[in-house]
Amino acid sequence: MTDLPDRALDRHDLLPHLFPNPDDYLLLAGLAGAAKDTAAWTQEADNLITLGGAMGGAVPMALGMALAAPDRKVVVLTGDGELMMNAGALATVASAAPQNLTIVCIDNGQHGETGGQAGHTSRRTNLATLAEGSGIASVMTISAPDELPAARDFLADDIAPKFLWVRVTPGPPADYKRNWDLVECRLRFRRANAL
Amino acid sequence: MTATSTRAEWSKLIFDKLADAGVTLFPYVPDFGNDDLVKLAEADNRTRAVLLSSEQEGVALCAGADLVGGRGVLLMQSSGVGNCPNMLSLIQGGRFPMLMIVTMRGDYGEQNPWQYPMGQAVIPVLEAMGIQCIRVEREDELEQAVDASISAAFVAERGVALILTQKFLGAKAF
Repeated sequence: MTDLPDRALDRHDLLPHLFPNPDDYLLLAGLAGAAKDTAAWTQEADNLITLGGAMGGAVPMALGMALAAPDRKVVVLTGDGELMMNAGALATVASAAPQNLTIVCIDNGQHGETGGQAGHTSRRTNLATLAEGSGIASVMTISAPDELPAARDFLADDIAPKFLWVRVTPGPPADYKRNWDLVECRLRFRRANAL
Repeated sequence: MTATSTRAEWSKLIFDKLADAGVTLFPYVPDFGNDDLVKLAEADNRTRAVLLSSEQEGVALCAGADLVGGRGVLLMQSSGVGNCPNMLSLIQGGRFPMLMIVTMRGDYGEQNPWQYPMGQAVIPVLEAMGIQCIRVEREDELEQAVDASISAAFVAERGVALILTQKFLGAKAF
């Protein structure tokens, strides 16, 4: 159980490889690195909401979007620390079984925002096992660039909910200063996406 | 409603008002006090009950529903309020509508000493995070309190907790 996959993926340029058509989704990113990468990738498009706090909230917030907008595809991108803060949310997603929700964990094995301190996934925690054990049926792990095409195919099929565990090398996320005014971000997102 | 209405009767009153207000999602952590509400949400084809692992997930879930034009109500026992404060940053920071229904323990007539610390902290904790608390002690207060809670959450777009006290619910006997 302690033989975890290597980390041979660079987080930069990861997202365009995984999702060639970001406009097809409602996107939500958990705090810190995942939010910066996602905001830089879409230039804070109207179909993206990023968190700057509320650690542990990304997956359940995306579940709320998915359940309230069953005709849209929802993708939540978040880090390993953010996910582990509220790992029970994986069971909540599995029980609710939304057919339109994808979880992508960008796992750098550390708390990058607070100084790079080691997280559980750099020690013994296997997120694929955790997701499967929580009851999420469709789970994939990637840790090297040559696995990206298979990951893109995995994300493109209609089986959901699904969980993609992406093991990336430590290092800074995109250098992007995003809008931290959540009132403004909420209204912007709602104007574009509220039913 | 008569002065001796059962849990099933007052739960139906609350459920009907919520469903009429367009609330479709009922995330919950099970409690004796919200059991009928959850069953009503499961049985009605307009609504859906969503079992949570921790109450804080429901705060985020309702905010996510709002982003796409949906409405949720978070159901929990008073002890669950203690799991929510940091996630309530979303509500104050983003001015999301948020409606919680808290069924009390550790409040009035409680016999379990483990319930008192959090039970007594419910209102200070919620108010510290900017959530308005509307308490129900008597049956004749319920209907207006539900209306007031729905208005505060979904018309004024504020965070509000409908607190069903043990005077209203009756204390659990051990």
